[in-house]
Amino acid sequence: MAEFNLPANSKVRAGKTFAAPAGARRVRAFQIYRWNPDNGENPRTDSYEIDLDACGPMVLDALIKIKNEVDPTLTFRRSCREGICGSCAMNIDGTNTLACLKPIDEVKGPVRIYPLPHMPVVKDLVPDLTRAYAQLRSIEPWLQADTPPPPDAERLQSPEERRKLDGLWECILCFCCTTSCPSYWWNGDRYLGPAVLLAAYRWISDSRDEAAGGRLDALQDPFKLYRCHTIMNCTQTCPKGLNPAKAIGEIKQLLLEREV
Amino acid sequence: MSETARSAAPQIPREVPRAREMRSQLGRARGLGAAHGGTRHWWAQRLTAIALVPLVLWFVASVLHLVGAARPAVAHWMAHPVNAALFAALVIATFHHAQLGLQVVVEDYVHADRLRMATLLAIKGAAALLGLLALYAVLKLAFSG
Repeated sequence: MAEFNLPANSKVRAGKTFAAPAGARRVRAFQIYRWNPDNGENPRTDSYEIDLDACGPMVLDALIKIKNEVDPTLTFRRSCREGICGSCAMNIDGTNTLACLKPIDEVKGPVRIYPLPHMPVVKDLVPDLTRAYAQLRSIEPWLQADTPPPPDAERLQSPEERRKLDGLWECILCFCCTTSCPSYWWNGDRYLGPAVLLAAYRWISDSRDEAAGGRLDALQDPFKLYRCHTIMNCTQTCPKGLNPAKAIGEIKQLLLEREV
Repeated sequence: MSETARSAAPQIPREVPRAREMRSQLGRARGLGAAHGGTRHWWAQRLTAIALVPLVLWFVASVLHLVGAARPAVAHWMAHPVNAALFAALVIATFHHAQLGLQVVVEDYVHADRLRMATLLAIKGAAALLGLLALYAVLKLAFSG
């Protein structure tokens, strides 16, 4: 059955507080989930008070400032700091998003930061995404065509055909959507989740791809696809403004189209 | 072996901690493959939902119309072929839709394979029997009118 209570060793306790430096004018508290696999302790939330006058505008700026100047043990992923790598996906103020694209000013009161929900935690804000990556691999997200490409050119696509990929190719695989989906929380071992289904639809929609039938075959499953109940958390949370729920709806429509 | 050598030997824990599942993540993600089904279930759920909108409105209007009527009057109403057919359609759509929806709930939340199968069979069996019972009542009333 679904688990509605955290196991005893996962209950989050109050942690340390790091006070703002003396003379700080615009102080904001960052309450951050901390968990270390090596010490056997329960997870806790540490509170870091940061002077916003001495900090960049985004939540990621604050995290980097904390790691550099306050507490070097704080662990999180980040790379590009401009919303294209997807590394700094985390739950900020109750919503999954990218720390680098989330302005601190958009959060009222203390900034609560947790790892992406319902994934195993490696440490602090770093979730284990290997299952989601394997699910992406399972839908074979690459071009499949039996027709050989022209010997002297790339595979061509008309502007109309290319437009069908808009709203799909922009996905950066941060898995904010997948980890916001209650269906994925309950059935993540079988349900592929919105990010992977959006990627599948991206290849089904590609005019250069010749494997749409096989791709649909592989998705036609009560668990892999039909666990989507259009809860829409995916679309609401996507930091790139994409619509995975619509892509899943389109897949369901194509499956119906070839059946009736 | 001397007493000192024995005490110096490393204590090997009886249960060595190890991963319970060493199967690759890709193997797990692929699992048993796609069942190549689910589309008809999904479609039937939507069709019965749409069908139930007019049927329920008709049912509510009919019940309001028959409030306080004596049994022979209700039987006479039910004896009309259109009323009997619509009532039978309402019963079939309701129980079919209910068991389709409950199946989704069970698949969402019941993860033990055998328990899930048993729950689904119980739900579908109950829906079929209750539906047949309701259809029998419709026919009985219709033919008595």
